[in-house]
Amino acid sequence: MDLEAQFERTVAAEQRVEPRDWMPDGYRRTLVRQIAQHAHSEIIGMQPEGNWISRAPSLRRKAILLAKVQDEAGHGLYLYAATETLGADRADLTEKLISGKQKYSSIFNYPTLSYADVGVIGWLVDGAAICNQVPLCRTSYGPYARAMIRICKEESFHQRQGYELLLTMMGGTDAQRAMVQESVNRWWWPSLMMFGPPDAESANTEQSMAWRIKRNTNDELRQKFVDMTVPQAEKLGVTLPDPALKWNEERGHHDFGQPDWDEFWQVVGGNGPTNAQRIAHRRKAHEDGEWVRAAAAAHAAKRRVQEDVA
Amino acid sequence: MSFDNAYESLIDHEDTHWAFGTGFSEALAGVDREVPDVDRADLAAYCLMLGDDALILSHRLAEWCSRAPELEEDVALANIALDLLGQSRLLLTRAGEVEGEGRDEDALAFLRDERDFRNVHLAEIECGPFAGGDFATTNARLLVFSAWKIAQYSRLRSSADPVLAAVAAKGLKELAYHRDHAAQWVVRLGDGTDESHRRMRAGLERVWPFLDELFTPHPVELRLAGVAVDPAELRSEVDGVLDAVLSAAGLERPVDVPAARVNGLAGRDGVHTEAFGYLLAEMQHLHRSLPGAKW
Repeated sequence: MDLEAQFERTVAAEQRVEPRDWMPDGYRRTLVRQIAQHAHSEIIGMQPEGNWISRAPSLRRKAILLAKVQDEAGHGLYLYAATETLGADRADLTEKLISGKQKYSSIFNYPTLSYADVGVIGWLVDGAAICNQVPLCRTSYGPYARAMIRICKEESFHQRQGYELLLTMMGGTDAQRAMVQESVNRWWWPSLMMFGPPDAESANTEQSMAWRIKRNTNDELRQKFVDMTVPQAEKLGVTLPDPALKWNEERGHHDFGQPDWDEFWQVVGGNGPTNAQRIAHRRKAHEDGEWVRAAAAAHAAKRRVQEDVA
Repeated sequence: MSFDNAYESLIDHEDTHWAFGTGFSEALAGVDREVPDVDRADLAAYCLMLGDDALILSHRLAEWCSRAPELEEDVALANIALDLLGQSRLLLTRAGEVEGEGRDEDALAFLRDERDFRNVHLAEIECGPFAGGDFATTNARLLVFSAWKIAQYSRLRSSADPVLAAVAAKGLKELAYHRDHAAQWVVRLGDGTDESHRRMRAGLERVWPFLDELFTPHPVELRLAGVAVDPAELRSEVDGVLDAVLSAAGLERPVDVPAARVNGLAGRDGVHTEAFGYLLAEMQHLHRSLPGAKW
């Protein structure tokens, strides 16, 4: 049987493709692109929340936030490792990130302007990420699927802490409740954009579905997210800033308005509120660390020589 | 856990899914909280000294988050910062409990002014990632701090205060990892390239003037015999560790020229460096901006 047919059969039978299996170049490229983009998102995502570590309003919240941002670095590491099983190289992918050749999730191009944003990012942004990522636990490429199982467990805990922060704040002062509502107003539409453009305009969906890299369409996931979030917002006591949002008995789903897709494409294209800042921050950390990485490599090389001589 | 509904566990409030935990009351479960028969104000002040050391260095280390030279170091430095934050929470809570005026860890961390903080200068000075240092300086500080804390905590395990003894016993395991991590970097950077060697030497020179304070007893420490550790006793042990690491790194020990004191006072007396006011301004700002808020 030829290799391509065997690959198609493996995928169609919902079995996993493993690193040493034959795979089409397009499948490999798509995976590297998607996993790298996900890894970059974790790493860039450290910045908006990391912005509040030094100002966290209680020691418990400081510990939670620091642990969360640390987890994001860890997720980036697992995902870069998954790309390495496909023949990619972390240094090369980092270069592509800081030169703007590869993307990361546009949600991180919005600024964090209050501590409520830490909670809302947990609740809405991590919630949307989980909706996107849970199906990836069954994605066809084995190392990616296994990394996603671990990541989803941790993300679900992040989401829970975000929601718990918001519940606590809503039980606090009027100023805190206003802070939560203001934050929800700012993050709601960008969170809906996290599922990507409407299916009719999504370039990557069809082939990725056929290869079982992607399991649901953008619009399906967006609907699921809205349906799950509405009762949570009610329980929290906040309103979602969409006048078109209402339950549709016939469909068994909520109807809702469309995000501003012009804004989405602007942000994707590099013109969001913090695109330049996020990349500059990452680039500076990378470049400032160059001498450290060089020193570690030089030291390791000297050690190897010593061991060889011994 | 079900993957089909990401929200199902939202309302459940347990703390067990974090890699490093966020709670702390369980950390000392079963430990006797009786206050030994010493001056309570002195004991509370001593707990603040130790708690502030850990809190302030934790804050400085967390500044590296998203700025480290490798992702592995983002993870490691955050991990160390979390350990120290955990230690500080236990110690500040104990300080408040001994003081008996109803101040909890947050009241002590966020509502004290600069002069009421008792940490050593070594914990507060800027050693990178911002002005004042770099990754080498950060590791020079971490090596000195953790070698010193290990010497202090290993004696504190037999403190007459059961809580301090328990915090020390728990903290020692963490500090041993911190010291090893820093020592490995000092060796790598000392040995690596000309640039890293030069930076490592500069890093050591930056922190060395702050060593002397670590071994200078404060009257509170001397009055609390049996409860507190006399820091003067720690010097030879710490010197031994530092000399061993520097020798493995091919680095010379800087000349000991202690930082000058202001009217003979330093961190343990509540007299700090200029950088410290900025650190507190940032750390305390939000908490103080919303009095009565719940977090």
